[in-house]
Amino acid sequence: MLKVENVSGGYGKEPVVKSVTFNVKKGEVLGILGPNGSGKSTLLKIISGILPMETGSVTIDGQDASSYSQKEFAKKVAVLPQLHAHAFSHSVRETVELGRYPHQSGLFSSWSNEDERAVTEAMSNMAITRYAKNSIELLSGGEQQRVFVAQALAQEAPILLLDEPTNHLDIAHQQQLLDTIRKQAVDKGLTVISVFHDINLASLYCDRLLLMNKGQIAKIGAPQDVVKEEAIQAVYGARVKSQPHPELAKPQITLLPDLKAEMKPFKVRKEDFSVSSHYVSLQTESPLKTLSSAVHNAGSGWYRSFVNRHVDADYNIDDVKAENASYLEQQGFRLTDTVGMMTAVTTEHAEVEEYAGEFGTVLIAVTAGVGNAVDVSQALPRDQKPRVGTINTWVIVNGQLPDEAFIQAMITATEAKTKALQTESITDPLTGTIATGTSTDSLLVAATQQGEYLPYAGPITPLGKLIGHGVYDCTVRAIRAYKKAKGWTT
Amino acid sequence: MSKSSVAYIVSAAALIVAVWLGVSIGSVKIPISTLWNAGADATATNILWKIRLPRVVLAGLVGASLAISGAAFQGLLKNPLADPYTLGVSSGASVGAVMTLFFGISIPFLGTYTLPIFSMIGAALTMFLVLGFARLVDRAMKMETIILTGIIFGSFLGSVLSLMIALTGEELRQIIGWLLGSVSMRGWNYITMILPFVVIGSLMLWLNRRELNAMLFGEERAHHLGVNVKRRKFSILIGGSILTGSAVAVSGTIGFVGLVVPHMTRLLWGSDHRHLLTLSFMNGATLLIICDLIARTIISPTELPVGVITAFIGAPVFAFIFYKQRRTGGM
Repeated sequence: MLKVENVSGGYGKEPVVKSVTFNVKKGEVLGILGPNGSGKSTLLKIISGILPMETGSVTIDGQDASSYSQKEFAKKVAVLPQLHAHAFSHSVRETVELGRYPHQSGLFSSWSNEDERAVTEAMSNMAITRYAKNSIELLSGGEQQRVFVAQALAQEAPILLLDEPTNHLDIAHQQQLLDTIRKQAVDKGLTVISVFHDINLASLYCDRLLLMNKGQIAKIGAPQDVVKEEAIQAVYGARVKSQPHPELAKPQITLLPDLKAEMKPFKVRKEDFSVSSHYVSLQTESPLKTLSSAVHNAGSGWYRSFVNRHVDADYNIDDVKAENASYLEQQGFRLTDTVGMMTAVTTEHAEVEEYAGEFGTVLIAVTAGVGNAVDVSQALPRDQKPRVGTINTWVIVNGQLPDEAFIQAMITATEAKTKALQTESITDPLTGTIATGTSTDSLLVAATQQGEYLPYAGPITPLGKLIGHGVYDCTVRAIRAYKKAKGWTT
Repeated sequence: MSKSSVAYIVSAAALIVAVWLGVSIGSVKIPISTLWNAGADATATNILWKIRLPRVVLAGLVGASLAISGAAFQGLLKNPLADPYTLGVSSGASVGAVMTLFFGISIPFLGTYTLPIFSMIGAALTMFLVLGFARLVDRAMKMETIILTGIIFGSFLGSVLSLMIALTGEELRQIIGWLLGSVSMRGWNYITMILPFVVIGSLMLWLNRRELNAMLFGEERAHHLGVNVKRRKFSILIGGSILTGSAVAVSGTIGFVGLVVPHMTRLLWGSDHRHLLTLSFMNGATLLIICDLIARTIISPTELPVGVITAFIGAPVFAFIFYKQRRTGGM
């Protein structure tokens, strides 16, 4: 649809854009990214014919762009302007009607049914029909932007160029605008080229991204190939981390601010734990990076309060999460700051221990009850409702862990727990085989993300060894305490 | 009935009333029926056809020319304070006209059109100089920059005029009265002298009515909408200069008509140039006919130059628009 070949050009003598070459297919959405002054807006202006090109060519629909007359060009390419203040005000309808300018000809340039349809459609697409008679200056920035999008859509050109279309818009309007443009691309085969300031928005809405650096293409390709930590850091010079989007296969980046100096060094110690008949809790000075299967705030996040609450064995509530949240609040925990687990075991029998290694210490806290012991390998024919968790394990690391170490720590801790059940000869009452856990165990791994960097937590790494030993040790002791309380042993 | 049809009907009615008043009122009251009543009083017929009617028609043409070019300049420059007078274009046209008289220039081939043509050339040259200089000072061409540049050029050209008048002695003293702006005692030959230019200039502007709408959003936006900005801009500037030049050639500098009329029209009927240009044309004619009527009757038997009346109304309107622009940034 649009072919840019070896294009150089710009304002002064030194070209801002240097030999840029790329193609855009029909119906494709291409995002142009780059730091300030990298030439992304200049490139757009050269394509739209506002700035002269020194070398190269732009081909639209197989024909050289410079061979089109101004009106013919406007029939092929519509441009969405950035917002400006105006000296005089048009009504919304008059503004959108201007989009039909290239389609009108002749002395009196009569208004055709086709013009009317295009304008009505564009206005309803952008949901501005009810403003038709209002003067644009009385609209908010977001509404004005929608009017100009409608104007560009009324032009009914197969190619749409946008220069930072979401500037000055709040996130709801950003989403609305980009959703609409995306929809036009999908439904009508509109080809879109847009300059973006926001890398994450570009990644979300574009099929391909073009990363500019110093007037040249630094990278071009699918978002996952362009929005990469190394590429973004190299071009923008900012420290970033890329993460997956929670719903889509589009990478998102997060700034890594240089705030380490502001952080107070701290360590988690055994004294930070407290055990009562109501719950086991841990309060830390600063939040810990946490990965857990808790009831409240499961998943990953940063938390500074950890609660393992005792409930009766016959605890049976429809909305467990809501009840648990209100309980935590009553106990004075901040919901946003707290990870909460539940157990039917007497929390006073919790085992809390600190284990020292060369890198620092690891703290383990376990509450164990084996009433619902299960051999996971024999669990397929079971038909049982899950009950309140019985072996809850916390692993707190004084150290810095990457994501993979968190997962390895979880594997290691789980293996140690299983081994403890074996040592204690806990059997699945249904099958009579050695149990591997209970029906509703929970696990939490948290780290201070300070001190030594610990890349791995497999069973024979320094951290893994400590976790394996500690979890095994605590679980065995917790099971023994449980057995004793139940009167199973003498 | 649509808003624009109402606008045209109201404006046309106002123009008809203005012509009627302009023709009838004066030191001698003349019924409008004299126009078609063959049996009317001979003196009345004479006054009507030789004095009143040409005066009213000329005032109408001058007012219409100034108003439509004001509307076009404002749209093109996105500047509500632009009009032939504030841009200094009227002064340029005056210099062109006075030079023609001063040097006794008469180009045989042009005949009676020599004066308006030199006046138009003066207008066009000043226009390009003012805009060129304003762009040199401030690429964004802010409202104040353009007006200030217009004042600078207007003052300079005014001093050139004074010099020429001082050098000629008695015979051009009458020019001073003319410079203040007047449509009195001109007769039909002045009308025939400018009529073709008024038609051509207005047509040039009217053909750019949709382009002017687009250019309200800036030249870049107009370019994207498919307007051939360079060519359209040039034809608007030339059209405006033709109208200003011809108006000045017959009536001197009459200020603020090009400012007041488009402003009022826009307030009443909106800023869509498809209607604004035509409506300004009609209302400009109406306004100047009424102003001229006031000028010759208010302290009768003495006649005031009509420019005094328009400035008396126009300057406060100018102040008001300026205030509103600065306070709200839009209108």
